[in-house]
This record gives sequence, structure tokens and C-alpha cells, in this order.
Amino acid sequence: MTDGEERWQRVNLALACFALDPAALGGIWLRARVGPVRDRVQKGFETALQGLSLRRLHPGIGDDALFGGIDLAATLAEGHVVRTRGILDGRAILLMPMAERIKPGLAARLATAIDARKGLSLIAFDEGAEPEETLPPALADRLAIHLDLAAQGLSDAPELALDLAALAEARLLLPRVTVPDSAICEMAEVAARLGIGSLRAPLQALALARASAALMGEYRVEHADLTLAVELVLAPRATQLPQSTQEPPPDTEPDPPSPEEADTADEGDDQNQTDLPPVEMLIEAAKAMLPPDLLARLQAGRAARQAPAANGSGAAKKGNRRGRPLPSRPGRMGGDARVDLVATLRAAAPWQPMRRKASGVHDRLHIQMSDIRLRQFEETSDRAIIFVVDASGSAALARLGEAKGAIELLLGEAYARRDHVALVAFRGDGAEVLLPPTRSLVQTKRRLAQLPGGGGTPLAAGLKAALELALLAQGKGMTASLALLTDGRANVDLAGIANRAQAGTDATAMAKAIRARAIPALVIDTGLRPTPGLATLAGDLGAPYLALPRADARALSAAVDASLNLA
Amino acid sequence: MKDVTLTGPFPFSAIVGQEDMKLAMILTAIDPGIGGVLVFGDRGTGKSTAVRGLAALLPPISAVAGCPVNSAHEGDIPEWAQVSDTAIIEKPTPVIDLPLGATEDRVVGALDIEKALTRGEKAFEPGLLARANRGYLYIDEVNLLEDHLVDLLLDVAQSGLNVVEREGLSIRHAARFVLVGSGNPEEGELRPQLLDRFGLSVDVTSPKDIDTRITVIRRRDSYDRDPGGFLTEWRSTDMELRARIVSARAGLGHVEAGEPILRDCAELCVALGSDGLRGELTLLRAARALAAFDGDRVVTRDHLRRVAPAALRHRLRRDPLDEAGSTTRVTRVVEEVLA
Repeated sequence: MTDGEERWQRVNLALACFALDPAALGGIWLRARVGPVRDRVQKGFETALQGLSLRRLHPGIGDDALFGGIDLAATLAEGHVVRTRGILDGRAILLMPMAERIKPGLAARLATAIDARKGLSLIAFDEGAEPEETLPPALADRLAIHLDLAAQGLSDAPELALDLAALAEARLLLPRVTVPDSAICEMAEVAARLGIGSLRAPLQALALARASAALMGEYRVEHADLTLAVELVLAPRATQLPQSTQEPPPDTEPDPPSPEEADTADEGDDQNQTDLPPVEMLIEAAKAMLPPDLLARLQAGRAARQAPAANGSGAAKKGNRRGRPLPSRPGRMGGDARVDLVATLRAAAPWQPMRRKASGVHDRLHIQMSDIRLRQFEETSDRAIIFVVDASGSAALARLGEAKGAIELLLGEAYARRDHVALVAFRGDGAEVLLPPTRSLVQTKRRLAQLPGGGGTPLAAGLKAALELALLAQGKGMTASLALLTDGRANVDLAGIANRAQAGTDATAMAKAIRARAIPALVIDTGLRPTPGLATLAGDLGAPYLALPRADARALSAAVDASLNLA
Repeated sequence: MKDVTLTGPFPFSAIVGQEDMKLAMILTAIDPGIGGVLVFGDRGTGKSTAVRGLAALLPPISAVAGCPVNSAHEGDIPEWAQVSDTAIIEKPTPVIDLPLGATEDRVVGALDIEKALTRGEKAFEPGLLARANRGYLYIDEVNLLEDHLVDLLLDVAQSGLNVVEREGLSIRHAARFVLVGSGNPEEGELRPQLLDRFGLSVDVTSPKDIDTRITVIRRRDSYDRDPGGFLTEWRSTDMELRARIVSARAGLGHVEAGEPILRDCAELCVALGSDGLRGELTLLRAARALAAFDGDRVVTRDHLRRVAPAALRHRLRRDPLDEAGSTTRVTRVVEEVLA
């Protein structure tokens, strides 16, 4: 059987297990682009889940649609409150296309709804193209089955065969399926060896094993069921490669096997498989499922979590200023919208005599849908560019004037784009924040002109001050980026003492600290000749490096603008 | 499939490990004045399970039946509430979930749009803060909550009073609750100003030890399979803990903290360089609650030692190069100062 066929068979089993016990499994995370393969899976869902209520949501769904809200048109017409039913009411299976665009708020609500175990489960169709575009982790954790069909060819994906009669039989059997205690231990151990921190995963694996046993018509969870559970639930969540089987952990081997363990081991032998202990066999099964580029993927996943706007759902800024009020405008009430009551009443006022006459009701206000006015705010997402300028003796001689010129040009552009600009200078034995993030052009220019040069190069202190400023700006809801202008010969350490070796180490450590916080940066070498050490520093920062030994202010400004716009 | 009538939240005392988190929550249950608890840690480590379990464990409160803010006496009912049913009933301690992305209106309360539009009446629709009065307000993923909402919540939690001045309404009502926030630090951090205002802070990690993990899964699995039986099995342990909390509440006023203990508190905070005096105050209150929980009459250095990490670890100045973490720093300083 080819890989593709095997994978397809697992999809088939996953679907059947899910159809048996949707509430306990929480849901399916299906990663596949729209196409014939996904259409087949979707058709399979519709067949398997016949008789259950299927509801579709979209990632932009509002609270009133989720939990039910006031049906405004009916309320206004009837004069008493009429409520609509929310999509989360009652038992249902939710289908969510474009799940990679779910915002954290919606993910949290859905996660709570699934946790409540009132019979809701979710099938998330993740259509992300890049590894960073993915389901919010809080939600992914609640969905037991993770399937990735990105590599599935249509030729290996025939129509899914689901036997509805067998499903109905298995559903009756499910409550009577027992799980041997050894299975619980095995699942816990396999999860730990794969580096899965969440304790939900082994529980979901057990639920899946139970469903699988019922599907096979067994009363007891067997090794094959556990293998399937490992393949569908645990392996996709692995965060580390399990240790090699040559050296099994000492705490499992020397112990004489307890009766239960011996029991399952015997069964393993009965199935004519290798003589590995059951946990090792499950680990092998998981290993076969692990993608070869596991570590690279994990890296991407971590980056996606740290970069605030990288989840394909647009740059939703947290804690931004809540914006300038705009004139209210007609609209529908519900969700986050706030009704501007005064404007609504004002819109309704001229019509009152006519409406009273028309309806014959005189003792209440007549307000119709068309009168509703909503309050509007304009939210802007601000960018803060923090310039970290080397004003040491070596830099001052040649380049400080040009750096100042470049910053002035950038300031002009930033002013036009409403960006915030901050200025950190380092010289002598420390760094100084000359200007916290501001939009004031005049003030910045004045401070910049007064910036004196001379002394040592405390690069680490400069980076530290910039990092603190960047974190402060992020706390205020701004996106911070750093632009470091230096000639790169760090010779003063964090403590302010002239020590070239220590200064270099400190600068590298600070650069790594900045990178760990996913703050975009740019390194501009203003030395007369490119300094090799600076390219390394840029690598530590994860930042592009520009050597501009002969650049004038205008070229510098163009370079900064290009890099920061790309970032 | 499952018997719905017998379900309750997972019993608090059946939670395996996570002793720091459980102790912090018990201390705030003994003395709500300590302030909120911040629980930071991985997913699936039982953060929300613990909050729900604790509320079910606490003795029920007696409140006016129809009161939107759970007033204890008829005299405490705010004047804007039109309460028809003034009988005193027993209710479980409220635990209110604050969903991520909730609007300010829903949190503090707002003009009742339905009444305003359909009947032309000016009425106040109480928000989540009203419902959380005398109970717990639980915010999952507090680090993703909008900053202005967190500010507002902490302010209300500290003053115990919710003031609404908007849309022609001028309303105030009692809002005394214990704020429990949880989150995953990988997804964003809280501003230091906000961190400082939580009373206690604990770090939870998933247990690394296989046996512990197996116990967790076994218990959770048997709870999921048969909630009724599981609850009955753990009921007596839960009731013992409840009795201890109730007697600790009663004994709290009699616990003494001598001059040397106050000096220790101050020295600890100075040595750690925590800003302001909130650190000392919380440390003292937490130590006193712990002494009451242990049935002791006097606060000792041992009590301080046990609560110091939770009370102080989030009040340190962050050093971007420090990889060891704040808990280690606090423990080290505690050992030095209380040596």
C-alpha cells in the first residue's frame, strides 16, 4: 500500500470514529486546501454524520449569531423582546471553513463551548497555505483528530466507504467498551515521550481508542485501537523526536512486568508482531507518522505564535487606542456594535406622529430597523520605529552627520504615515533614550541636532535601552521595529566598563534577547568599510544587514524604508 | 449518553499535583482581600478545572433571590434594581467567565437597549461584574484581553465598587470578587503595571513525571465515564477541605504577625527591589491566611517562606538576560534574607 492509500484509510477510520462519539473527541482539525480531495472528505462527513445536526460557521461570526441575540426587526415590530437562537445552542456538529482565520476571541468561545461537553463538536477546515497560517493553538488542543491532507493525491483518494449500519451497531456497543488500565499508562507514556505537554491529548487518544474498538465490534480496547489513536491523536502533536528504542528509559525495563503489562505483551506476541514492549511499538507507530522536517515545522509554529499578526487573520492590534469617534451611521444592531441611542431617537423622532397614526398605538415609541444608528470608531494600528544611533567617537567622525540626515528624512516620511519615532543614542559608558515614541517632528529634529558624539561604543547598552522601549511601545499596542545604525566596534560592556571581549558577548546576548521577542530589526553598517562582526550581529538579531559605507542620507533612508516596509 | 443530572465540576481535591496553584486559590478563598490570582502556564494543566472545582467546594452564599448583584441583605440591594423577590436563598458561590473579546458594555453593564427602544424606559442592564459580586471572575487567556478592559477589571477588583457613568446613567454597585486570570506566556505577556496588581501569581507546568501523568489521566477518565460515582467518591475529601477553609476564615482575625515578621517582609521586598508597598502587604496577608489555614495562631518565617514566591515573583523588575526565571530569584533571596 502506498503512503497515500494508507493515509486515506486513516482518514476513513478517523471519520468513522468521530461519527461514533463526536462529543468526547471534540472535533477534527483538517488541514487541506480547497480541492477535489477535500470535497471527497466533506462528502464523507455528510454521509457519516447523517441524522446529526450540522451547522456551518464562518470565522467572522459575531456573538449574537453564536449565543443568540435580540431579533431587532421582530422586537421592534411586536413591542416585546424576541430572541434568536444561537448557533451554539443544543447538540450539533459545527463546520468551520477557513478555520486558519479564526481570531483568538472566537477560538476562546468555541473552546469553552467544546469544554462544556454539552454535545458540541467542531470540524475545522484549515486552508492555510503557509506553515504560519494555522488554527489558534487553544482551539487545536481541544480537537482530538489532526489530519493533514496537503500531500494527498486524488488518485489515492477514492470515495470514502462508510457503512452506516455498522456505525449504528458500533454506537450501541460504545458505552460498554472497557479500557484496560495498562492502556491508560501506555497512552500517558507515549504522550510524554513525544513531548506533548497537554494532558488533554492522552485523554482524547483514549476516547478515540474506545471508538475504534466499538467500530471493530470489540468490548475491550486492543493494541490495534491504541495504535490508531497514537497515529491520529498523539503523533500530529509531537514536539520532539522520541528517544531511540535502543536505550529504553531505565524505569520501564528493570521492573518485573506487572500482570497487566504481561497480559498486553502476550497479546502483542499473539499478533505475531515484534517482541518490543507495547509502549515501544506505539512509539514506532508514532515515529512512522512524524514528518521528517518536524523540528523545522515546530520552529515555524513558534514563530507564528510570537509574531502578533502572522495568523492570516489580518493585523488585529491588541490594546490599541480605541480610536477617534466618527459620525454614527445606520446599521444593524448586534455583536460588538454599539447603538448610538441619541442619534437613533433623533432619526426616529420626525416619524412618530405618522407611525402612531398608522399603528394606532399611542403609548410607546415607534422605532424601526431603519432608525438604528451605530457608533463608529476609527482604529489605527501604529508603528513605532526606534532608531538606535551610535554616537561614539569612531562613528561621530565620519557618519554621525549622515545618520542624522537619514533619520530626518525618515521622520518626514513617518510623519506623513503617522508613524511614531523614538531615538536611542549610545556613547561613552551608556545609552540614553533621547526621545520616547513620538510623532512630534520638531522635537525629534531638535534633539537630534543636539546629539553630541564621542567616547566608546556601548552597543549592548544601546540595544538594551531599545528593547525596553520596544516592549513599552508594544504594551501600548504599537508595532515596534528597531533600526540600528552603528559602525559596530563594541568596546564598552553593559556595566559601562571598557572591555572589548565582554562588550562583544553582551551585545550578542542582547541581540538574541531581542530576537526571542520577535521584534523586527534592521542593522545598518555606517563604518567606512563593512565590519564583518556586524553581519554576525544582524544574524543574531534575525535582521537584514545593510552595509552602506558610501551611502548618503537619501540612500540610507530609502534602504530603511524598504526593509521596514517588507518586515 | 451521559447522566446529566449527576454532573458537577471536577472535584478540587482530585486535582493531581499543582500544589502551588491550589494553595494560592485556597488562600484567596480564605482572605479575598489578598487580591486576584494569576495562573500562567501550558495548556491542559487544569487551570480552569481548578477554578471551577474551588467554587463548587466553597460553602454556598446566602443572597437575596432576585438581586442582580447577589446582595446578602435586603438593605444592600442597589436602588436601581427593581427586585420583586426578596426572599433570602442559598446559592453556590458564583464563578463568572469573562469571555475574550467581551465588550465593555457586557462587562460593566450598560443602558438596557431593549427596554429603551421598546418601552422608552431608561433602565440599567447589569454586566458580568454585577453577577460576579461575592464570587469569582475567571478570565482565561487574560494576556490576550484588551488592556483597557484589564485596567478596568483590576480597578474594580481593588475598589470593590463598579461605577458606570455613561449614556445618561449614573449607577454604582458593589463588585467584590476574586479575579482569577490564566494564560499562556508564549502568546503574549501582561504589562508589569497589571502584573503588580494581581495578589498572587503561580506558574504551572504539565507534570513531567509519568506516574503523575498516569494518575491525572486515570482520574479524569473515570470522571468522564461516571461523573456521579467519581463525585461521590471524592465528596468527603472535598468536604474536609471545605471545613478547613471555613475554620480558617473564622480564625483569620486572630492570627498575629509580630514585629520581626513585618521586618522580614520589608527586608524581603527591599532585597528583591519590588516597587511600591503592595508586595509587603500581599505577602503579609497571604502568610496570615496560610497560618490560619494551618490552624496556627502566629505567623512564622516558615509561612513567609511558603508564600513568598507566589506573592512576589511577578513584582520583580524584568531582566531580559535572566534565563533562570523569577521564582528562582525569589527563592534565592528568601533563603538569604531568612537564613
